Amino acid sequence: MSTPKERIEITAPAGLDAVRLRADFPILNQTVHGRPLVYLDNAATTQKPRQVIEAIEHYYSADNANIHRGVHTLSQRATDAYEGAREKVRRFINAADLREIVFVRGATEGINLVAQSYGRNRFKAGDEILISAMEHHSNIVPWQMLCEQTGALLKVAPINDAGELILDEFHKLLSPRTKLVGVVHISNALGTINPVQEIIAAAHAVGAVVLLDGAQAVAHAAVDVRALNCDFYVFSSHKLYGPTGSGVLYGKRELLEAMPPYQGGGDMIRMVSFAKTEYNSLPYKFEAGTPHIAGGIGLGAAIDYVTAVGLDAIAQYEDHLLRYATEQALQVPGLRLIGTARDKAAILSFVLGRIHPHDIGTILDHEGVAIRTGHHCAMPVMDYFNVPATARASLALYNTRDDVDRLIAALHKVNEVFG
Amino acid sequence: MSDLRDLYQEVIFDHNRHPRNFGKLEGANRHAVGHNPLCGDRLTLYLKVENELISDVRFEGMGCAISTASASLMTERLKGMKVADAETLFGRFHDLLTNAATDDDTASLGKLTVLLGVREYPARVKCATLAWHTLHAALANQDHAVTTE
Ligand SMILES: Cc1ncc(COP(=O)(O)O)c(C=O)c1O
Repeated sequence: MSTPKERIEITAPAGLDAVRLRADFPILNQTVHGRPLVYLDNAATTQKPRQVIEAIEHYYSADNANIHRGVHTLSQRATDAYEGAREKVRRFINAADLREIVFVRGATEGINLVAQSYGRNRFKAGDEILISAMEHHSNIVPWQMLCEQTGALLKVAPINDAGELILDEFHKLLSPRTKLVGVVHISNALGTINPVQEIIAAAHAVGAVVLLDGAQAVAHAAVDVRALNCDFYVFSSHKLYGPTGSGVLYGKRELLEAMPPYQGGGDMIRMVSFAKTEYNSLPYKFEAGTPHIAGGIGLGAAIDYVTAVGLDAIAQYEDHLLRYATEQALQVPGLRLIGTARDKAAILSFVLGRIHPHDIGTILDHEGVAIRTGHHCAMPVMDYFNVPATARASLALYNTRDDVDRLIAALHKVNEVFG
Repeated sequence: MSDLRDLYQEVIFDHNRHPRNFGKLEGANRHAVGHNPLCGDRLTLYLKVENELISDVRFEGMGCAISTASASLMTERLKGMKVADAETLFGRFHDLLTNAATDDDTASLGKLTVLLGVREYPARVKCATLAWHTLHAALANQDHAVTTE
């Protein structure tokens, strides 16, 4: 005999009920300039479900204490909750070992950590770091800094007019000199899903390690770091329905073991004397100072949330919505998509005639529709497409066809105003 | 709720579609490049300054409707103006736009008042002031790029 809950799971139609999920996000229930809010800036940051907000509130109102050091009850509860979140992350990306999950402030800090701790003492003049032309600034600048420090050379694999990595060129740029390949899993400016499996295999074949920037990926598709066999993977909690200021660096254990600490301080040591300091074991070696405890716990709650909805269901649903949005957008006179990769996720980047994206953004805001306009921290992508900026609508699991219709109507309005 | 038409007034559309004094200025003796990295706007301003008087001014570049119209309106206004008066006007314009002014006397702005709509849009104030920051740099003869950041 099945309980009602089980029956719902069995009879629920494949897919996802965005209208029902929407109710979990209190912020979506408001008007902007007198119109119901349509939030389409999810690639910048997603909204937070009640479940995440409540987990953070519960932590601060019931369990708040510093972790790892206290013998008292609250400290134990806080430690359990924080370490429990680490286990949720491990399962979420299917890492082999808890020690491979390092809590950081976000994708940016994760990349900087790898650049400085993995690369600084290892790379030298003549070594090469290979990235793609569609990277977010956070996967460009840390490598430029590292190159300046070590004399290593930064190489950039080009993209084509669809916004796809040109694989032939990528392969040509790989050589035994390549020590590290850093590639975005899903591009925030174009929506392109990179063929990371092939990239990783090719990089490993020349002996390079691979870092994937998963900032845009984790909320839109199931990620399995073991199946991918990537060496490092980074993402931010706030783009995964969790709080800002928390994120994850995954690294293969043998690599992390061999890396020196990134910062010094409390929690990352085992024993300190003025003569000698013995570093703590993984992952604490990389977690100096009191961390963002509530941020880790909030991330854990966010992972529970997306896992309950189902990553495959999310991917499928968003794919349908993206197709619909693309079809509709192409009906808008003057609209040109920037980023038309065959393999694409959740992001619609575009320009509209000669109307500047900033003007589009302001008029859309007046219609209650929140999108991003600008260079999306990917100035080289803007240069490639020879536009100063784009307008970008990015989708999440709570967006609906209605949201897309509102976007399209607002774009017609932009054309009308600027007609 | 502010009306979109307060921001995008007809004069602004007109200057955006048909910017005045657009293009390179032959014989310019001052120029500067202004850049708003946030939105990618970039404009180059050329001035001919003789005896502390702006005898001619032109601009070129790419920007949103607000920044293009502001640059166009600015060039119209500057022709024949004393350098010191131009700087004073910039100060006044800037203060009124950023709500730093202690009074709301907009008379000295003349036609530039059409840009006051941006006061309701803090994210857009820099679009309206980019041309003026560039002017300031050109007059100071800073030949490097200035940014709004
Ligand atoms: C692809 C990509 N990488 C990295 C980042 C940086 O993330 P964070 O600012 O959370 O560190 C972002 C965020 O915009 C992103 O979209």
